[in-house]
Amino acid sequence: MNSNPLSTRLAGLELRNPTALASGILGYSPESLQRIAEAGAGAVVTKSVGLTPRVGYPNPTVVQANCGIINAMGLPNPGIAEYASEIRYAKTVLTVPFIVSVYGYSAEEYAAVAKAAATAGADAVELNVSCPHVKETGSEIGQNPKLLTQVIRQVKAATSKPVIVKLSPNVTDIVEIAQAASAAGADALTAVNTVRAIAIDAETALPILSNTRGGLSGPAVKPIALRCVYDIYEKVKTPIIGCGGITTWKDAVEFILAGASAVQIGTALAQKNPAVFQTINRGITAYLKKKKYRSIKEIVGKAQRN
Amino acid sequence: MSAKLNATNTLRVTRIASVKTENQTTKTYTFKDARCAKAKPGQFLMLWIPQIDEIPLSIMNTEGNSVSVTVKAVGDATRHLHNMKQGETIGVRGPFGNHFTQNNGNVLLVGGGTGTAPLLFLAKQLATKTKRLSFIIGAKTKNELLFLNQLDPLCTEQPVAATEDGTYGLKCLATQPLETLLAEEGKEKFKMVYACGPEAMTRQVFNLTEKHGVQMEASLERLMRCGIGLCGSCMIGKYRVCKDGPVFNSQQLREVKDELGISKLGFDGNRIPL
Ligand SMILES: Cc1cc2nc3c(=O)[nH]c(=O)nc-3n(C[C@H](O)[C@H](O)[C@H](O)COP(=O)(O)OP(=O)(O)OC[C@H]3O[C@@H](n4cnc5c(N)ncnc54)[C@H](O)[C@@H]3O)c2cc1C
Ligand SMILES: Cc1cc2nc3c(=O)[nH]c(=O)nc-3n(C[C@H](O)[C@H](O)[C@H](O)COP(=O)(O)O)c2cc1C
Ligand code: FES
Repeated sequence: MNSNPLSTRLAGLELRNPTALASGILGYSPESLQRIAEAGAGAVVTKSVGLTPRVGYPNPTVVQANCGIINAMGLPNPGIAEYASEIRYAKTVLTVPFIVSVYGYSAEEYAAVAKAAATAGADAVELNVSCPHVKETGSEIGQNPKLLTQVIRQVKAATSKPVIVKLSPNVTDIVEIAQAASAAGADALTAVNTVRAIAIDAETALPILSNTRGGLSGPAVKPIALRCVYDIYEKVKTPIIGCGGITTWKDAVEFILAGASAVQIGTALAQKNPAVFQTINRGITAYLKKKKYRSIKEIVGKAQRN
Repeated sequence: MSAKLNATNTLRVTRIASVKTENQTTKTYTFKDARCAKAKPGQFLMLWIPQIDEIPLSIMNTEGNSVSVTVKAVGDATRHLHNMKQGETIGVRGPFGNHFTQNNGNVLLVGGGTGTAPLLFLAKQLATKTKRLSFIIGAKTKNELLFLNQLDPLCTEQPVAATEDGTYGLKCLATQPLETLLAEEGKEKFKMVYACGPEAMTRQVFNLTEKHGVQMEASLERLMRCGIGLCGSCMIGKYRVCKDGPVFNSQQLREVKDELGISKLGFDGNRIPL
């Protein structure tokens, strides 16, 4: 018997509520992750960390679009060797599931970073497969079912902790990719990462981001992300974490109705501050009560029409 | 996405209206931007130097629809900016961050280097409100003392200048005259100290205000990317300097004193000494 209507179980993790911090928002520091947890998040995901340090791209790395922002940070990160000590510390202060986001340029790299993160104390790893694959510059590992399968298999072999795979929306058929990830052993799927985008300044006739292209997030991507969750839930049994443009409790409820067991929140932190987690959770609770549901588990996928 | 954040964060392209040379290393740029012209002292903007970089700069003055920033050439982006002339195109986002509170008791402002810029902006607004407005301004050498002439008429007593090489005013760090002023008691005692400058200076100012039981607010700098509280590049303790700051009060400075003047996050997110 569980009396908390918001609690949920996902990929072997117990979440006191279905709202998690999305990767790359508020970075790495244990202090900021702790602040987010204290503000009400049910789980936190770190910024993606790789095998070696990266300084990322020069500014401008963020540009405002209508109803969203486009970012091209370039995966700045201290590298897993340095970050391991922060993971160990974070684990001692966090009381919610602590998920380390991992990226790499090959299956071996993903496995090495995931293993180190798990050893240092991560409760789960989330694979960010939306970064370019070195040998085929421009394409993403998350766009290639074969490569993705290899990556997931090697990571699963390297750690016993749950493995979450974060899918890219920049594909023709996200269901095909989700099926591959599921078959390869993913314990959960996060849908989705940012949508490829560009911003151009008319006056100077220049792209604004130093990296030219970036990824769109925020309310502008919500309908796309929602469709991705809906499509995946229809065909794949692996639990889904919805992500993309979630700003209000209604957004969160829509993702759950589409098939998400939990949600991640990123860009909304810019305007709403960490209190956004509590606001969304209160709204979901009120919705459940009004509709006479005892648990969010009862509404996962309820909008499905097949 | 809230309309306000949208509008504040939208990049506006504008032209440099004027450039004023303050000294060999520092120039003041003025341009039109209606949004930043509504900024409060302590807030900052992100300035886009096309094809080069985008950097955070404190707002030094506003007048009508115009905004001014004072920039010291320290590296690639700031050197490029120093080569730019009136009429050339730049981009602006902002204003971002919180601002100094405006205390109407006795106040003391302590500025070092380009940190004097936001304090001049603050002094202009405080001048009509406070009973006592004192200013300590520090620099390595005489011609790096910024805005002395503009500060003088705003203060209720002559600003105290301190240079490390003794070429102007006192030959010492800005913190030495501060110790003397903070020791004053009774009617003269300061209600608030405002500081902006090199963080080693700010740390000393913090230690002294704590010792003398005076409240303070300091404007801090950290590496910035998004400027809107999203990316986590600018963390000090649990705070985002771009959104929770850049102005921090005594209580918050106590919480981050292990990092204040000691370390910051580098471009790769690693902690590096200041
Ligand atoms: C809130 C805030 C207000 C500021 N106000 C002023 C001001 O009024 N006048 C002024 O001259 N300077 C100000 N600065 C500092 C200014 O942003 C840096 O001097 C500038 O970014 C250096 O860029 P660069 O390429 O010339 O130098 P670099 O060679 O790249 O670096 C020189 C120094 O500047 C720092 N720096 C570089 N890029 C950034 C960045 N994106 N964000 C923060 N620091 C950076 C570096 O860590 C290094 O310490 C402010 C910084 C912040 C955070
Ligand atoms: C500034 C910024 C940095 C991000 N960095 C990462 C990252 O390192 N790894 C990752 O998997 N996703 C990253 N993302 C994507 C988010 O985790 C999320 O998938 C996306 O922003 C959509 O959700 P939102 O609309 O709630 O922000 C980043 C997003 C933003 C805005
Ligand atoms: S610069 Fe991105 S959070 Fe402050």
